[in-house]
Amino acid sequence: MASLDLIDVVKFYGELEVLHGVDLHVDDGEFVVLVGPSGCGKSTLLRMIAGLETISFGDVRIGDTIVNDLQPKARDIAMVFQNYALYPHMKVRDNMAFSLKLSRRSRTEIDAMVDHAAGILDLGHLLDRYPRELSGGQRQRVAMGRAIVRDPAVFLFDEPLSNLDAKLRVQMRAEIKALHQRLKATTVYVTHDQIEAMTMADRIVVMRDGYVEQVGTPLDLYDQPANVFVAGFIGSPSMNLIGGVVTDKGVRTEGGTIWPMPAQTSGVTEGQQVVIGLRPEHFMLADDGFVATINLVEPTGSETHVALDIFGETLTAALRERIVLTPGATVNLAPRLDCLHLFDKASGKRLSL
Amino acid sequence: MTPEHRIPHQPPRQFHTIAIEVLSLLGLSLVALLFLFPFFWMVSNAVRGNNEVLAVPPRLLPNEYQWGNFVEAWLHLPFGRFFLNSFIVAGSVTAITVVVSALAAYAFARLKFPGREGILVAYLGTLMIPQVMLVIPLFLIISKLGMVNTYQGMILPMAFSSFGAFLLRQFFLSIPRELEEAALIDGASRLRILVSIIIPLSMPAIGLLSLFTFIGQWNNFLWPLIVVNGMEYATLPLGLTMFQTQQGTAWNFIMAGATLSMIPGVILAILLQRIIYKGITVGAGFGGR
Repeated sequence: MASLDLIDVVKFYGELEVLHGVDLHVDDGEFVVLVGPSGCGKSTLLRMIAGLETISFGDVRIGDTIVNDLQPKARDIAMVFQNYALYPHMKVRDNMAFSLKLSRRSRTEIDAMVDHAAGILDLGHLLDRYPRELSGGQRQRVAMGRAIVRDPAVFLFDEPLSNLDAKLRVQMRAEIKALHQRLKATTVYVTHDQIEAMTMADRIVVMRDGYVEQVGTPLDLYDQPANVFVAGFIGSPSMNLIGGVVTDKGVRTEGGTIWPMPAQTSGVTEGQQVVIGLRPEHFMLADDGFVATINLVEPTGSETHVALDIFGETLTAALRERIVLTPGATVNLAPRLDCLHLFDKASGKRLSL
Repeated sequence: MTPEHRIPHQPPRQFHTIAIEVLSLLGLSLVALLFLFPFFWMVSNAVRGNNEVLAVPPRLLPNEYQWGNFVEAWLHLPFGRFFLNSFIVAGSVTAITVVVSALAAYAFARLKFPGREGILVAYLGTLMIPQVMLVIPLFLIISKLGMVNTYQGMILPMAFSSFGAFLLRQFFLSIPRELEEAALIDGASRLRILVSIIIPLSMPAIGLLSLFTFIGQWNNFLWPLIVVNGMEYATLPLGLTMFQTQQGTAWNFIMAGATLSMIPGVILAILLQRIIYKGITVGAGFGGR
């Protein structure tokens, strides 16, 4: 096991700069998730850690070693690919043993290591099958088995669950997390799915367009998003973001509603263009508050998502109460004032404390 | 009503769809006959007397079946030697072609080096040069190297195949890159990746290339004719011409010899066919979809 450091890592493809100086420290044994929309550079960053892409500028350090110029095999990493990349012509046992054979270990040692890894992942009964004879979830598990059999310093996962159906994805998510808690291996995991990121990560790195937008624990990111992008990206349904202007009474939106200012803010001046943020679950049914017209009702069982129109703003509320809501009717809603977020419109930066 | 009593729905078949089916089957049968006829004619002539071969009007089937022609043809000339020579030449050319093509194809498919596309185009360009144009310069080179009337003289000039490199390159390109990246991380070198991952997955294309190369060399007449004289190094196609003498041509023996010489190619095609068709199912092992 080892820690992992990225120091001002830059990637150019020809003239095009796709990563603009990424700094990141991953503790020994930590599970870090890189998340962001497609094209944000998260997979490129992972592949640079793996040694599958060259590093244009900056350093990647695993443990105490700068690995910039090392071949992938010399970096002591293992990677699980999106399409698993199992060798189709080899049985599961040989897939898992391939790296061990290349490192010229003895037959008995290899068998013992493969059996041990297979035991951890409950693959024992599949060892003599070919990948084509396995289900998607089983292939996924074999891909992980191939990674853990070598006991690497760092595990890398590149969107490993995106080829699975929804139910299996939830199950494998839990399995990967359980596996990490058991092995305590340093892990970098790439996904575009913020729910995967929230549920699995010790810390999340939110990326966009080759920049790191914010690094923090899942709840940090949820409760204190550093900017408008993170606020909108993390959470489902996503945070309501309403543009407005700071006045002496609060924030006046374009639709004309007045929102109170969050209790603690910094650097806010009257007339400043800002963005108010409120998570859907922080709307409460109230006797006063905003009068909202219901556009759409989506019951999920545990809560009900309601698309609303408040003076021309289309907003979402997530209500736990099971009340009868009909499109076209109105309902009175009040925001939880302690849960309001405020961002600067121009820079997108967080203003509320 | 129980399920057994239900009549499965079948769209009514219309007259013209049936007619089209019948016509296309007839057409295909005709083409098949056209292709099969030379083989039939060869065997039919192999088992009749030589005077009957040239009888006018020609007869489809012999008057008298002379099955002994095969034995006589075999004993008349050193056919065992011809077979051995053909095996050595065709086998060696096939082996060298597959190895060289696989190495070149991997470089073209996966390695980045300056001038890669240009060299590939030059490779493909050689396909357009007819063999007859190369025969004289090749012969001059081979004779300067002192390789006239040797196995290496027959094998080496034929062992370069730009077609092979191109065929394998196209197949290699269809193998997901992640497999190689996984192998790189597992600690494999480029050569190890080629040998342990790429080639096993490319057996359909390699089988096809082997078959084409082997049969092409087995049947090759022009080049052995030029670099070989005498019986010691003669291959089967050259040997067959030796039934043509100043005293006359033993057409029935030529046909008997040709029939015998076809057999290895047919066996190879049958053996390799399973590997070649397997290509269709290789994709099933990749990914999760």
